[in-house]
Amino acid sequence: MHGRPRNPSKPEDEEASAAKASKLRALQSQFLHNHHSKLYDKGALELSAKLLEINPEFYTAWNYRKLAVEHCLSQPGSDPESILNEELRAVEGALRQNFKSYGAWYHRKWVLSKGHSSVDHEMRLLDKFQKADPRNFHAWNYRRFVAALKNISEEDELKYTTDMIERNFSNYSAWHNRSILLSNLLKRKAEVFPKEKILSEEYELVHQAIFTDPDDQSGWFYHLWLLEQTVTKDAPWLISCWPASGSELIISDSKSASSCTASPLSSYFSDGRVEMPVILYFNQAIKGVNTSTVTVRSVFAESKDLVWRPLSLSNFGSAQAWVAFLKFSEVKIDYSMSYEVEVSLGDSSGIVSLNGCPLTHAFQSKFMVRFQQPDSRNTDGQNIGSISWEDSNFQNYEGGPEQCNIIPPCIQLKMAKDHEPIASKWQVDILMNEIELFRELLSAADCKIGKLTLARLLTALDTLMLYNDTSNSCQMRHTEEILALYTDLMKLDPSHSQYYREEHSLTFLRQVSCSKENLLRYCWLYRNSALSDSRNLVCLRLNNLSLARVGSIENLLWVQMLDLSHNELRSIEGLEAMQLLSCLNLSNNKIKSFTALDPLRHLKSLKVLNISQNEIGKHSVDTTRYLCSSPLSHTEASDWRRSGLCSTDDAQLSKYWEAFLVFRDLTLVQLGITGNKVVNEDFRSFLLKILPTLERLDDTNL
Amino acid sequence: MVLYLSYSFSHLALLGYKTRVIGKMMELVSEKHVKYILSVEKYFCLRRRIVFESLVMEHLRMNGAYWGLTTLDLLGKLQVVNQDEVISWIMECQHESGGFGGNVGHDPHVLYTLSAVQVLALFDKLDLLDIDKNEDGSFSGDIWGEVDTRFSCIAICCLSLLRRLDKIDVENAVNYIVSCKNLDGGFGCTPGGESHAGQIFCCVGALAIMGSLHHVDKDLLGWWLCERQVKSGGLNGRPEKLPDVRYLSATHGLSLLQYPGVKAIDPAHALPVDVVNRILIGLYQKGISPRYRPTCEADLSFPNLR
Repeated sequence: MHGRPRNPSKPEDEEASAAKASKLRALQSQFLHNHHSKLYDKGALELSAKLLEINPEFYTAWNYRKLAVEHCLSQPGSDPESILNEELRAVEGALRQNFKSYGAWYHRKWVLSKGHSSVDHEMRLLDKFQKADPRNFHAWNYRRFVAALKNISEEDELKYTTDMIERNFSNYSAWHNRSILLSNLLKRKAEVFPKEKILSEEYELVHQAIFTDPDDQSGWFYHLWLLEQTVTKDAPWLISCWPASGSELIISDSKSASSCTASPLSSYFSDGRVEMPVILYFNQAIKGVNTSTVTVRSVFAESKDLVWRPLSLSNFGSAQAWVAFLKFSEVKIDYSMSYEVEVSLGDSSGIVSLNGCPLTHAFQSKFMVRFQQPDSRNTDGQNIGSISWEDSNFQNYEGGPEQCNIIPPCIQLKMAKDHEPIASKWQVDILMNEIELFRELLSAADCKIGKLTLARLLTALDTLMLYNDTSNSCQMRHTEEILALYTDLMKLDPSHSQYYREEHSLTFLRQVSCSKENLLRYCWLYRNSALSDSRNLVCLRLNNLSLARVGSIENLLWVQMLDLSHNELRSIEGLEAMQLLSCLNLSNNKIKSFTALDPLRHLKSLKVLNISQNEIGKHSVDTTRYLCSSPLSHTEASDWRRSGLCSTDDAQLSKYWEAFLVFRDLTLVQLGITGNKVVNEDFRSFLLKILPTLERLDDTNL
Repeated sequence: MVLYLSYSFSHLALLGYKTRVIGKMMELVSEKHVKYILSVEKYFCLRRRIVFESLVMEHLRMNGAYWGLTTLDLLGKLQVVNQDEVISWIMECQHESGGFGGNVGHDPHVLYTLSAVQVLALFDKLDLLDIDKNEDGSFSGDIWGEVDTRFSCIAICCLSLLRRLDKIDVENAVNYIVSCKNLDGGFGCTPGGESHAGQIFCCVGALAIMGSLHHVDKDLLGWWLCERQVKSGGLNGRPEKLPDVRYLSATHGLSLLQYPGVKAIDPAHALPVDVVNRILIGLYQKGISPRYRPTCEADLSFPNLR
């Protein structure tokens, strides 16, 4: 049994124990004999009850008793009442030995579902157990079962949890049950139980718990749940798209290796067919983006010919970011003209969140597209130079915000048609109230979970206010305070330091990306002196910032060249939405496996990748093994081996299958991998086979 | 459910080691471990000594076999066991329905069926199972209908190892598990059930196998799970409960800690990585078609976008 100390045994004990053992052995073998011979007489039944009293975990005995009950009930002149009563007695006997026995509790549920026992009796039994152990989850589960079976109202059950909580604030089980009951009430009886009123009352209740004992977790977790109920909008909506509404795109076409040297206003793809992505980014994962829910009006292609793809790491047809490629090959291009493209969604239903909430806000985006005459000098595709990420190749981007076509979504949203503010007054009021309260609490006591809660409250408030902000420059007002809280927490609570580091990075990136002015400080011009033309690529340089995580991708969809080197990244989740990315530097981070690079599979335009100086191959345990698409998680939608490729070298394929899954769909031109333990001659030869377009591997030209 | 974990406790206690937690180094003498596991296996097989504690756990011998043998494999010592003896005993526990009981003569149950499948996987003998007879796709523990997310998860793990995940409606299974998600990001045994470390292990594992980890709030749950470590260093299963070694399986923990000399373990299937790779990656290499059907038009058109 659990929780019992093991003491060394004395000789008298050993003798008694041996006798007990013989008795049990006899019972068990006799029982198995009865069971297999299907004997259900009184003596056999009593034997099974005795066995279960000693060993309630002997599950076959519970099965036997169910068979016996069914047998007895089917006999003519049977008395169901007494038969079932006998069962309840047997359960009670077993529970006395072990009140946490799954088999015993289930047997009781089974008996009850045969239509027996009064509510009062069950509730009295539960009361006894719950008083003895208020955290016995079997009892709580059984209580929920009985309540459902006998149609006890949620309001009554709510009152019971209030009683339990008032008796002891530290009753996590009671708080948990309360969250379940309230969720149901808020959903089903919204008119009688308005969210605003209920949540305010709940906040008051939980404050008592938190202020009585700030070190106890129950109240804090409940508070966290309340916060989520306060700010979460069930309905999905569009938070960002690319191209941005109102922008003018200049598209150049080139086949040379310098195809990634584009001006900030243009994008192009060197696979012969000219096409550009249209990216939609929502506030949560959704389903149902297709040609009947989204229309793209242009001269280039019929809206219904577009194929919308979810940019997700799993395969269930849902994602936060969706992309479709608009092809220009069908139309004869007039280089002096600007072509209009209009994207609209929300006019017809079909887009739903994972919880079934439909998209209600309609959205339109209009942008212009202009084509630049191809430069004859650059058509032979000579190797003009490779991308080198050294500081000397970058200079500050001098163009002012007006010249730059980068428009973060906070301004986009306002440019979209008028809509009601996303945040309601009562939400903002509650948040501000809580913030004041916790600032006060923290001035008196240094409490880690209190600081975390305050950081979360401030983040929630800033996010809500951002959506309501009608001014031209968005600011996250409490960034400094939030960053300070997380820095404090890293010191105060080192066991969770990785989590705090990630939250710190996310907060920082939110601040950086929420306004043009902030973003421009991190934009640099990449100028390779070997280039003969005057086009330059704008690079977003977020290196050396101790970033543990990337975020705010919705504001970074326009980025084509990204430097994330010299940070602390273990994962690059979110990057799959950056469909324009052609040059990416992830060197000198903490990436431990190829499965962590899974998001790169979606980046069809990626040409230059640097993952050198990471930790790939260093660890025997791959912690991101199931966070990517692979045969292990049954999410590979096609034969992963792709016949024709690597058909000869099975050994290499089974050794490097993770790398294969990431690289097989990419057409990289330049790759840096040195400084990872996995790299050796064998691996290099494997890479050369699966990346036929590669022209440069580390320092070698191929 | 977690009685089988008491094996870790017993073998460690008997060898006189103090348990430490993830993050602190552990002293491990493999030889002694192996000797101990073998001696336990022997006295169950031959029933030389009748001890009360062992009788009380007789019905879950199948689980014990899984834990003992996986530990041996992780230590690279599976070959010391008499493979034929173990396998013939396992097959004796199989019933007509295809399910396995906890021991010879005991009724079939999903809990023991998984352990049987896992042990057969270790020995690379899955072909012994007549696959068509197993698992009708329901997630009760057995014919008596007890429903618990543990059983959904066990069934899914089983089906994955048997490469039969297409027999069930995966999306439905995912939705059921997600309906058991709670205020703290954890999972309970049924919708409305309180979060419990054991259930969470099962549910997260199942979601991983079904490629649905995006349903898990990793930050929230990760934080909650880390909070299971109390000041003494032990782990509890729920807030404000006592720590218990059942939540820490020594060798599995060491494997995840990448302790030298211990093979890597796949946490979702709870088997060594090379075993899982052999089953799920190996077969794909032979060109056998995948188990998953696409659910949206985009997947079908995916090849065209190359």
